[in-house]
Amino acid sequence: MARIKVRIQPEDFDPTVEIAALGAGRADIGGIVSFLGLCRDEGGRLAALELEHYPGMAEEEITRICEEAVSRWSLLGLTAIHRYGKIAPGGNIVFVAAAAGHRQPAFAAAEFVMDFLKSRAPFWKKEHGRDGNIGDWVEARDQDEQALMRWR
Amino acid sequence: MKVSYFAWIRERIGRPEEEIAFPASVVTVADALAHLQGLGEEYAYAFEKPGIIRAALDRKHVKPETPIAGAGEIAFFPPMTGG
Repeated sequence: MARIKVRIQPEDFDPTVEIAALGAGRADIGGIVSFLGLCRDEGGRLAALELEHYPGMAEEEITRICEEAVSRWSLLGLTAIHRYGKIAPGGNIVFVAAAAGHRQPAFAAAEFVMDFLKSRAPFWKKEHGRDGNIGDWVEARDQDEQALMRWR
Repeated sequence: MKVSYFAWIRERIGRPEEEIAFPASVVTVADALAHLQGLGEEYAYAFEKPGIIRAALDRKHVKPETPIAGAGEIAFFPPMTGG
């Protein structure tokens, strides 16, 4: 059974350290697929994104998503990290890495976890503008919801 | 029951959580939302589009028709925008 690691934290993380940790001390892993989500500056308009989360549920929901991925694909390790708080453009927001014996389940699981995380993990983004305005809450995109359909 | 709010729902209501004793007529999540709508202007504003509001019971996603009996905490929030 793949080891699931989920962390919800305000601190930054190092993707290379997380990838290395998945493979440390074992020789059965054939590939690790990782995704790193960053804060965009939206064409220079944004000073920061503020991420609110539902403490407790965020960890539990992402763990449920990871458990579903582990039940669907033959994985050897799965890591998901999501930050909250204020994040400047260029900063890390989310990281998902899936380790497996072969590439196909690793690619599929990483994509599955990201698709569900976007629409099911209780996080909300608020934009802080460079003009000093604390702006609007980012609206959910229909295409994120539609992305879930293909996994049914 | 502990009721929690997040993002713009929290901002519109003006508090992150509160204790609410729902009347016996409130059976489902949708009933609870309808009850909250009647608590004042700020609630009516927060829940003006009930169709887009999401809910969780004891930190698990639930549908509007889910019964709330036995749960310790209900949360209302907008569609999520993580990742």
